Amino acid sequence: MSSLAQTIGDGAIITKRNLLKIKRVPELLVFATLSPIMFVLLFAFIFGSAIPLPGVDYKDFLMAGIFTQTVVFGSTITGASLAEDLQKGLIDRFRSLPMARSAVLVGRTNADIGNNVVTITVMALTGLLVGWRIRTSVLEAAAAFGLLLLFAYAISWLMALVGLSVKSPEVVQNASFIIIFPLTFIANTFVPTDNFPPVLKAFADWNPVSSVTLAARELFGNTSPALPPPDVWPAQHPVLYSLIWIVLILIIFVPLSVRKYESVAGR
Amino acid sequence: MAAVEVAGLVKKFKETTALAGVDLEIPEGSVLGLLGPNGAGKTTVVRILATLLRADAGTARVFGKDVVTDANQVRSMIGLTGQYAAVDEYLTGQENLEMIGRLYHLGKADARQRASTLLERFELADAGNRIAKTYSGGMRRRLDIAASLIARPKVLFLDEPTTGLDPRSRIGMWEFIGSLVAEGTTILLTTQYLEEADRLADSIVVIDHGKVIARGTSDELKSQVGGHRLEFTVDDAADLPVMLERLHPLAVDDPVVDEQARSLSVPVLGGADVLRDALRRLDGSGVNLVDVGLRRPDLDDVFLILTGHASEAGTPDAAPAAAGAPGGRHAKQESPADTDQVKKGGRR
Repeated sequence: MSSLAQTIGDGAIITKRNLLKIKRVPELLVFATLSPIMFVLLFAFIFGSAIPLPGVDYKDFLMAGIFTQTVVFGSTITGASLAEDLQKGLIDRFRSLPMARSAVLVGRTNADIGNNVVTITVMALTGLLVGWRIRTSVLEAAAAFGLLLLFAYAISWLMALVGLSVKSPEVVQNASFIIIFPLTFIANTFVPTDNFPPVLKAFADWNPVSSVTLAARELFGNTSPALPPPDVWPAQHPVLYSLIWIVLILIIFVPLSVRKYESVAGR
Repeated sequence: MAAVEVAGLVKKFKETTALAGVDLEIPEGSVLGLLGPNGAGKTTVVRILATLLRADAGTARVFGKDVVTDANQVRSMIGLTGQYAAVDEYLTGQENLEMIGRLYHLGKADARQRASTLLERFELADAGNRIAKTYSGGMRRRLDIAASLIARPKVLFLDEPTTGLDPRSRIGMWEFIGSLVAEGTTILLTTQYLEEADRLADSIVVIDHGKVIARGTSDELKSQVGGHRLEFTVDDAADLPVMLERLHPLAVDDPVVDEQARSLSVPVLGGADVLRDALRRLDGSGVNLVDVGLRRPDLDDVFLILTGHASEAGTPDAAPAAAGAPGGRHAKQESPADTDQVKKGGRR
């Protein structure tokens, strides 16, 4: 069997195994979908009531940001699950099998695309219920969702390395919060960045979370004509800038994670 | 060609040396018992052979294939059961086995067939459609071993397969391992339990601090230690000093007195003649004997003598172990199944 075919075949077996867990522990899915619903409602009604934006309904402005934040947070599942497999000795077992070296990680990150699809769907429906509207075409909306999923996929590979390195699901959660919170808040996710202090604004301008959010926002037609036009390159080309980040993250973290997997020791 | 050949294996973890040059060979179809206390390096040897860990020096081969350069070929010939049952809790027993079978690249139908057969064989057929989370420790361990057998491996690595099992499950596990041996599977078995190695292994390698300190069949190791022991149990512990005085001339090494067990153990040279002599010496002493025995050394003695500490490492009372071990053996004769309790009892 060629190594590519083997990777796909073995990866599919692991993907199926990971997806079965969702079926076996439906509570996981319930909570995974409840929290995005809660976030949409909280932000829409609490922040929305206090953040007047010229030219756009806050609920429209919010959705792209909250989608991005949620999929980034969701990527911690990748790391936590791998850390759990490692703790339980499953990674040791997989590593002793004649399977493709990348299959466990491919299977994990694939399954997490599934998780993200469910989460995004639930959030989108909640958003639509409270008044969010896609003001462009189906195609552009699909492109926005695709970009969000791609970005989440790339971050998953980064989190895979974290999970294999720290080896404890709890540490993955705690450690990633410290990084993900600033990353998703020092950005244009919930408020426009124009009034940020200069240092934070510079960070927000070049933050990939901002560009993914802005790209999705534009593709959904949720931008405000009344806000000043972007003055930095990433904000002028959000889709391209996002894709550059996605490719960069994958180029760096796919090989690093696979290499880590090849030498990692459980327990 | 030997099924497994290991030569000059060295592995260091930061400061500590896990393996300091281990050599061993397992002929095809035989069972090698790798014996040693916790931290002796047993698991490190297994992990290197299972391609999970790279040695710093030395070579390891499975049917001539190097574990580093031909890793994937090695992997398709081996089955590994680690110290902890590595089963997916959210899959059923059947699904667990099928998944592993598919990852060994068995066909779908073959994997399903093998899974059912193995569930049957490991007495898990009734639980096959339940998720493994609901399994008991013994059931998980059996499922784990079944998983390592799914692709009919030529060589099986069993890393402390009975650690943490209750005595009954342990005996059940021994029977399973025995049946694999009968089918000609080559097995590397690590264990801390001497009784286990004695019972299952064709040959034994004893390692301690990453070095091989003895090797041979269980009989060879026992004769290496040599001699017999005379063992007495008396009615009243107050009689022990009298006995000790009368029997001391026969001892070739220090006799061991265990007042709690009211027993005396005397290392001697020779067999039944010495026993007769000893009984004669006790004539007229007024000692009321409950039990008298002449015993060949077991692997506990071998281990004690070779390593200077008792077989179960990690216990803080290394020094009294020498005095405690014989007490343990007495108790063991009373209840052979329950080795765990016995050893703790003997240690005190």
